[in-house]
Amino acid sequence: MDQSVDVRERIMTTSLDTVEALTLKGQIAMPYTWWVGEVGSRFLIALRDDAKILGNSCSQCGKVYVPPRMNCGDCFSDITQWVELSNEGFVIAHTIVRFSYPLHPAAPPFAYAIIKLDGADVGFAHIIKDDLGKLRNNVRVRARFKDKAHRTGHILDIESFQII
Amino acid sequence: MEAAMDNIAIVGVAQTKYERRKRDKTYYDLVYEMTRAVLDDSGLTLEDIDNVVTVSNDFLDGRTISSMAVGEAAGAHDKNISTVEGDGAFGAFYGAMRVLGGFKTTLVVAHSKGSEGDLKHVTNGMFDPVYQRLLGLEAISSSAIQANVYMDRYGISEEAFALVSVKNHGNAMNNPYAQMPMSLSVEDVMKSRRIADPIKLLDCSPVSDGAAAVIIANEKYARKAKTKPVWIRGIAHCAEEYFIGDRDLAVPKSLRNASKRAYTMAGITDPFNSFDVVELYDAFSYMEPLWLEGLGFCDPGQGPKLLENGITLMSGKLPVNPSGGLLSGHALLVAGLARIVESTLQLRGEAGARQVEGAKTALAHGINGPCGQSHCVWVLSAEE
Repeated sequence: MDQSVDVRERIMTTSLDTVEALTLKGQIAMPYTWWVGEVGSRFLIALRDDAKILGNSCSQCGKVYVPPRMNCGDCFSDITQWVELSNEGFVIAHTIVRFSYPLHPAAPPFAYAIIKLDGADVGFAHIIKDDLGKLRNNVRVRARFKDKAHRTGHILDIESFQII
Repeated sequence: MEAAMDNIAIVGVAQTKYERRKRDKTYYDLVYEMTRAVLDDSGLTLEDIDNVVTVSNDFLDGRTISSMAVGEAAGAHDKNISTVEGDGAFGAFYGAMRVLGGFKTTLVVAHSKGSEGDLKHVTNGMFDPVYQRLLGLEAISSSAIQANVYMDRYGISEEAFALVSVKNHGNAMNNPYAQMPMSLSVEDVMKSRRIADPIKLLDCSPVSDGAAAVIIANEKYARKAKTKPVWIRGIAHCAEEYFIGDRDLAVPKSLRNASKRAYTMAGITDPFNSFDVVELYDAFSYMEPLWLEGLGFCDPGQGPKLLENGITLMSGKLPVNPSGGLLSGHALLVAGLARIVESTLQLRGEAGARQVEGAKTALAHGINGPCGQSHCVWVLSAEE
């Protein structure tokens, strides 16, 4: 047999009986400071300063987006028209989360929901923490904002959505 | 691209066993092992390979430009090497394009070790950093939202999804590469720990380590290889909106588009009666019936019926995931390439105990992005 077969057999055979399987802890914690963009800034500032949810609508097809976008994906055209949306809407999809994860915004059980806000044409992802027993698709919900002193221009300035 | 393409073929395949943790293999070791194995399978040598595509993700590998670290392991230090950051089915798509573009052969190799990082962090990183990521969404919870809306739209039960888990873990008992061969009942799945409703532990694919490779060759090199070539008849991929709230998650629009394009290339007008075997991306049990709908094998909402009626069982007319699918082993990014490897083995008649007798035409499928934002469809044939 040629030498390559010997090499292959060697690399494909476990050798942990002859060498300790040493592991090393990584040190990666990658910091970023993201510019949220012009439309993102308007949206997050409206949450922070006015407790209002802003969308924007495509001048060609009229589709109302939330969060707002620079351009319409369908028409590939600029979006310039701002729309103040209702703080209420209805749930179009959801899940009640039962597992723990450090990046969760709440302790389980809590729910993620896709919410169709009144006046919007797309769903808005957020969380529901209370009355989970009443949570169904199509239930009406309303945004509950944090106190003004605790709002920072962050998606979680909306503390959660409440079932109405 | 609607015209039939040049004859190109898969002439070599390799995959590792999928395991929870490969303590004895680094990323580099996995790529080296697969490169050796796929060359050996094809009977070609490194001199016959003029292009290499690796598949990796920097978050998963824990290093930037993860492609550059495995070049020597892939036999590529003096070759044209590039990387696809995404599922291996898309990596192989790019590899096929390179062969169509004039390279004589392309070696595609994908690796991942889910055991070494934190897959929830990696999949949380799929989402935009301003709106969805800060909510803590990741693959499991976003998929649970999709499963919810799919059930709600068509009145599908959790038991219908549990049956997929029963089938695929059972099929895995015939697959020596599978991580989780299990004989389960629907009740076992229903009683497993609730993770994110309606998804329970046994509806989820496991965290896995593994690697896979294929060699794609032009017609001349397909003759030179020692294997029976598996011809690529149609390939396509398509993406839809990034924000999950923008999409109708119960309708896999991009899969419909991708499969239509791939079928057109392959001259397929009646998909249900055109395939002998399907290997698709069942990261969660609900995905299998939903993707079968997107692939046009049944009407919207009828996906679960294909299994309830026995059609997608090994004994059925259209076996789906004879390997056990991702539910039985899910090395992230490797998984779509593994579907191509499994389909190729089926068409070569070399799938052992999981062989679908006389399989002549196969469909392999991979996805990228949350809730199947993007789909890649392969039509493969044993016949020239």
